[in-house]
Amino acid sequence: MSEILVVVDHIGGAVRKTTAELLTCARRLGEPSAVYFGAEDGLIPGQLARYGATKVYVLDDDAYRDCLVAPKAEALAHLVATRRPAAVLIPSTLEGKEVAARLSIKTDSGLVTDASDIVRGEDGAVETAKPVFGGAFTTTVSITKGTPIVTLKPNSLTPPENAGATVPIEVETVDVAVSDAAKAARIIRRESRADLGRPDLAHASIVVSGGRGTGGDFDAVEAFADCLGAAVGASRAAVDAGWYPHALQVGQTGVTVTPQLYVASGISGAIQHIAGMRSSRTVVAVNKDPDAPIFGLADFGVVGDLTSVLVQATTEIDSRRASGA
Amino acid sequence: MNIVVCVKYVPATADRRFSAVDITVDRAGVEGTLCELDEHAIEEALRITEADEGEVTVVTVGPEEAADAIARGLQMGAHKGVHIVDDALHGSDAAATSLVLAAAVRRIGYDIVLCGMASTDGAMGVVPAMLAERLGVPQLTLASQVTVEGGTVTIRRESDTATEHIEASGPLVLSVTDRSNEPRYPSFKGIMAAKRKLVETWSPAELGIAPEVGPEAAGTRVSAFAARPARTGGQIVSDEGEGGVRLAEYLVAQKLV
Repeated sequence: MSEILVVVDHIGGAVRKTTAELLTCARRLGEPSAVYFGAEDGLIPGQLARYGATKVYVLDDDAYRDCLVAPKAEALAHLVATRRPAAVLIPSTLEGKEVAARLSIKTDSGLVTDASDIVRGEDGAVETAKPVFGGAFTTTVSITKGTPIVTLKPNSLTPPENAGATVPIEVETVDVAVSDAAKAARIIRRESRADLGRPDLAHASIVVSGGRGTGGDFDAVEAFADCLGAAVGASRAAVDAGWYPHALQVGQTGVTVTPQLYVASGISGAIQHIAGMRSSRTVVAVNKDPDAPIFGLADFGVVGDLTSVLVQATTEIDSRRASGA
Repeated sequence: MNIVVCVKYVPATADRRFSAVDITVDRAGVEGTLCELDEHAIEEALRITEADEGEVTVVTVGPEEAADAIARGLQMGAHKGVHIVDDALHGSDAAATSLVLAAAVRRIGYDIVLCGMASTDGAMGVVPAMLAERLGVPQLTLASQVTVEGGTVTIRRESDTATEHIEASGPLVLSVTDRSNEPRYPSFKGIMAAKRKLVETWSPAELGIAPEVGPEAAGTRVSAFAARPARTGGQIVSDEGEGGVRLAEYLVAQKLV
């Protein structure tokens, strides 16, 4: 069966959920081999085997950590040239998309970014679903040139549990001589964001966001998010006002989210915001303006003051849980 | 320091649709504009050359009307423009666009190639990385802050999990986000001055790359498109004192909590 390369999204060895989604897609196309950038001692191969990886390539070089994008693209081009995979699947992170972009030029291959699904088309080509124009349309895009390269958005599908092979996974160390040219953009300092004890925004299955309507007070938004085990996001208006960090901005120029549940509180629903959350499965809106465009997208909406509504909802859910209801 | 800013002419947000003929972005009769994210790139280029010296060239690949995008850049203060126009370019993908842009910026000459973070229509955000790959120069992309000292450029980039400070020496490709600066509005003086600035029109053939662009050369084929169905049956309630309870009930009924 043809080999499909899947780039592993991980933080210090802890595999992120997107990787399982990528491996699930890869199994539809062929036999998934994971590509792991990082030190081998952090790797837990079982995390990858569980979702169908039969092999993992481990690539460990300072350049992958200390330089921007180019070294990883070079390494993947090496794997494409030597292993001749039938496709390369990459997480749709900022870095992932840029790695994919460079790889597509190096290998003269077709590229789809931000896909929401990947299948084998009737004509045998790799076929993707891709939302465009801020999610207003979904296109079907086939890749017709070279080694198909796809980046997949987080939360695109639910990976089946224990779908993977039970055979032991093969671990192969690959050394690629990274060129000096690829090391030209050097990361001289990296500041990790404070861990807020909440799920990662882009990957969270529930997101509660606050906007202008919070007036800068995110207490009710955060308490409701914590009650639901959700990530907290913010609209551009709230970020521009300095109420919330830009890293947590949901929207076209911020983070695109595709959770099971998106709660927009005090957010009117500007196009730029909708582009970042339109593909959410269920949308709930709380806003005091009954004419806010966000209600046009909402599966459930409450017209009212967000603080009193969210505080009451938090109390209600807590008390239902306490009573075991 | 000479800077080439790559900009895109995009359909106005409200008018985005697909052509039923060839499933490319339908531009016929659609009002267009300079992509607002590219204004940040023009602004950054102007700031760098104002602090130092050098010339800013605005370049675009697109139909006749895309000249408006260049004009806007010149009104903001860029020194000259290059418009690469050809019917064969219709339906080109990001790889082809980067091929044409790479040839153009090589011909213009540059210390920095500056781009916006993405276009607001295609929104892939991959052209800057592709350009760096094709030009064989360092990429400093998605900068929320730019510092230029001598020949060294340092940026701040918000990655998925951390804030990174990245450094490279020119010539290089730089892209900036909408957090990087506040683009200026063209002044009356700027608008008048722009009318006298030089805009050259080139064809891909002149750049020696005609056969490699357009939909046939693309690495992907769009076979279908569908408008996302409008959400229907959304239930909107008014908070009469029990809105939070109603919300909790909804989430429980939907098995979301």
